[in-house]
Amino acid sequence: MAPEDRFQAIIEAEEKIEPSDWMPEGYRKTLIRQIAQHAHSEVIGMQPEGNWITRAPSLHRKAILIAKVQDEAGHGLYLYSATETLGVKRNDLQELLHQGKHKYSSIFNYPTLTWADMGTIGWLVDGAAITNQVMLTRCSYGPYSRAMVRICKEESFHQRQGYELLIKLCSGAPEQRAMAQDALNRWWWPSLMMFGPNDSDSIHTEQSMQWKIKRVSNDDLRQQFVDMTVPQAEYLGLRIPDPELAWNEERGHYDFGEIDWEEFWQVVKGNGPMNRDRIEHKTRAWDEGAWVRAAATAHAAKRAAAAA
Amino acid sequence: MTYDVPVAPGETAELQESIEDATEGWPMWEVFVRARRGISHVHIGSLHAPDARTALQNARDVYTRRGEGISVWVVPSAEVHAFEPEAAADYVEANEKVYRLATTYEIPEEVGQM
Repeated sequence: MAPEDRFQAIIEAEEKIEPSDWMPEGYRKTLIRQIAQHAHSEVIGMQPEGNWITRAPSLHRKAILIAKVQDEAGHGLYLYSATETLGVKRNDLQELLHQGKHKYSSIFNYPTLTWADMGTIGWLVDGAAITNQVMLTRCSYGPYSRAMVRICKEESFHQRQGYELLIKLCSGAPEQRAMAQDALNRWWWPSLMMFGPNDSDSIHTEQSMQWKIKRVSNDDLRQQFVDMTVPQAEYLGLRIPDPELAWNEERGHYDFGEIDWEEFWQVVKGNGPMNRDRIEHKTRAWDEGAWVRAAATAHAAKRAAAAA
Repeated sequence: MTYDVPVAPGETAELQESIEDATEGWPMWEVFVRARRGISHVHIGSLHAPDARTALQNARDVYTRRGEGISVWVVPSAEVHAFEPEAAADYVEANEKVYRLATTYEIPEEVGQM
């Protein structure tokens, strides 16, 4: 059997491609880029919430936020490990991110303006991520799908803590309810944009589906997210900022309005509110941390010499 | 999902020169964790560290934040050996020797459970 046929047969049989298997160069390159950008998203994603650690309103909330941000770092590390099974080095991937040649999920280019943003991000952003990541547990590449299983287990806490935070705000003072509504107003549409362009405008989808990297289309995932989230907003007593949002009995799904694709592409291109800040912060953290890495190396050498 | 964020025309995703950093010399380690008593260590991921002690501490921090392990092993990736993929078929037993399987033997019912 030709290697390409064997490769596709493994995929058709819903079995996993493992690092030692033959794979088309396109499959390898697509996965490297996608998993790397996923890892970068986790690490950049530490910033919007890291921003509020010093201002959490209670010690309990501070501990939760620290744990969540630590989890995001860990998720990035699981994913960089997965990329390294494909023959790349994580330092090189990080450099590509710093140089702007690799991207990350656009949602993290929006600012976190109030404490209610912490709840909203957990509820909507992690909620959208879970929708996508549950699908990715079924992707064809073994190391990526296994990392997804691990991440999904931890992601659930992220969404629940955020939603619980909003329950507290929405059952509090009018100012707290207003803060929650304002956060929803700002994060709703960017969260829908997380699922990418409409299927008709998504050029990579067909190949990704054939290789079973992608298992469900952008539009279907987005619909899944909306259907799941609307009742959650209703419970909180919050209004989703979409006048066209309505239950469609015939389809058995919610109809919703058109995304502002101009905003979507502008943010992808680098013109979102926080694009420059995120990369500056990331490169500064790497540069200012150089002494820690050098110290760890020197200390290891010193221990080895003492033991010799 | 926007992890496959579109590349703008003319944009390249290749690195022109390599990185210079203290971590360039750090070997990669494979991490194995025993989740609880009674089960085996399972391969769970990898990391880079300058020595075994740091690798163990980092593995604990990355892979056992929720008490997922009572024992952690780290092994330099270079010390994990495997058959070459092309040669694997020659070395790994095919399922032709069915006489190794219990199910190929018929034991009469009146004999009872065997």
